[in-house]
Amino acid sequence: MAMIELIDVSKNLGGKQVLDHMSLTVEEGETKVIIGRSGVGKSVTLKHIVRLLEPDEGSVRVEGRDVLALHGRELNELHMEIGLVFQGGALFDSLTVGENVGFILREHMNMAQSEIDKRVKESLALVGLYDVELYMPADLSGGMKKRVALARAICTRPKIILYDEPTTGVDPITADAINQLIDELHDKLKVTSIVVTHDMRSAYKVADRIAMLYEGKIIAEGTPDEIRYSHNPYVHQFITGAAHGPITDGQNSVSTNAG
Amino acid sequence: MFLLRKTFYMALGAKVLSLVHFIGGIVSLGLQAVVLIPARPLGGGRIFEQAKKVGVDSLPIVALVSFFIGVILALQTAYIMQKMSSEIYIASIVAVSLTRELGPVITALIVAGRSGAGITAELGTMAVTEQVDALVTLGSNPIKYLVVPRFLSMTFMLPVLTLFANAIGIFGGYLIGVYHLSIRSSLYMNMTFGTLVYKDLFTGLVKTIVFGMIIALVACYEGLNVRGGAEGVGKATTMSVVNTFIMIIAADCFFTALFYFFVK
Repeated sequence: MAMIELIDVSKNLGGKQVLDHMSLTVEEGETKVIIGRSGVGKSVTLKHIVRLLEPDEGSVRVEGRDVLALHGRELNELHMEIGLVFQGGALFDSLTVGENVGFILREHMNMAQSEIDKRVKESLALVGLYDVELYMPADLSGGMKKRVALARAICTRPKIILYDEPTTGVDPITADAINQLIDELHDKLKVTSIVVTHDMRSAYKVADRIAMLYEGKIIAEGTPDEIRYSHNPYVHQFITGAAHGPITDGQNSVSTNAG
Repeated sequence: MFLLRKTFYMALGAKVLSLVHFIGGIVSLGLQAVVLIPARPLGGGRIFEQAKKVGVDSLPIVALVSFFIGVILALQTAYIMQKMSSEIYIASIVAVSLTRELGPVITALIVAGRSGAGITAELGTMAVTEQVDALVTLGSNPIKYLVVPRFLSMTFMLPVLTLFANAIGIFGGYLIGVYHLSIRSSLYMNMTFGTLVYKDLFTGLVKTIVFGMIIALVACYEGLNVRGGAEGVGKATTMSVVNTFIMIIAADCFFTALFYFFVK
């Protein structure tokens, strides 16, 4: 059974058709990378999975459950099963690193403080951070914020982790360390992951499969090698970062496989 | 001419629709906040923290302004009363004006400008940096987590602040009456508390409860609906203060008329 399914999802935001009958399937234990230009709807896709957004048409399923049919406690349970790592971290400014990471445990689980502290330490250690619990988010570098956000997302040991541009805005060395972390977490926690990025180095490194989003649809999907050697002109222009090509020229001959 | 009129009516219609949308949003947010008050976790710590921010931290500026208002009120009243040799009534006028009208309204405006703007800026920044979305994905309802503590603390702390403002304003008037106009201290006190009746205090405090709700709900509504980064936060903060001021004065007018005609 597919872990995550987006079926014919359409979404119009502010008059712009961001997703147009888009379908995507992620199998259990798979790391799927969604690539595409900025503003193409990659983050919007992630937000549909945790129901921060609801589709105008189509359906979203997680482990076979229709996300749109979930309410109250069921929706909370879904949120406990999915960790979303936001692009800018989205750490709560007014809370310390430890309070951020242990937020969901403190608010929604009947756990003793000592147990929460232990879990927070473990989660921070998993992302390579030690003794930072008392720092405020404002005191952290961009890379550390991303790691703390990741630690917060894995604190409940979710089945699914969604990463929104995990390597954007950090230096190449930190970016590589984050890629390694994504790989390690995948192996250690056996999670299903979706990584949204336009950083091809990151995509090749962490992906089991890569899907390219263009004009509201998945126009190509395949293994990293299939994408790397794809003859699809849109994919080719994107992965080579060429300034000229069908994407920028606005041509319409879009094929639907990696070829 | 026809086109001009059509454009005018369309613009007017758009304004009316946006006003209805705004009022609807505030009422809806208020109802959701009230329904979510008993939901667990109760968040006592957050309510206490907000009560400190809204109440204790606002006390110095509320005290300072209400003291000056008391002094100004006494001096302005003295200007007329001295002509009629009726200085003794200054105490009553200061006390009644403060408890019925100036104390509640001035305190509400100060808190709206200070804490209301702060709430909008804080929630607005949280909205544009995806912290509000993060709350949802971490299983928390942003209205329960962010709005309820601010709504409760504002609704409870504004009446308390107003009581302080009334007392300090009356003290300001007392200083002018006793030390500048040479009214006997005991006489000034008698004229102050002899004139005040329960209704004066009651009507003033009822208004402040409504003002507190208005400040919290408008501030939270504007903050949670911020779009467009830092510029959006700035605009929302301005709109929050402007809208709160207008709604406080409108509510004040409504309640004053209500109490005048129906509470004898």
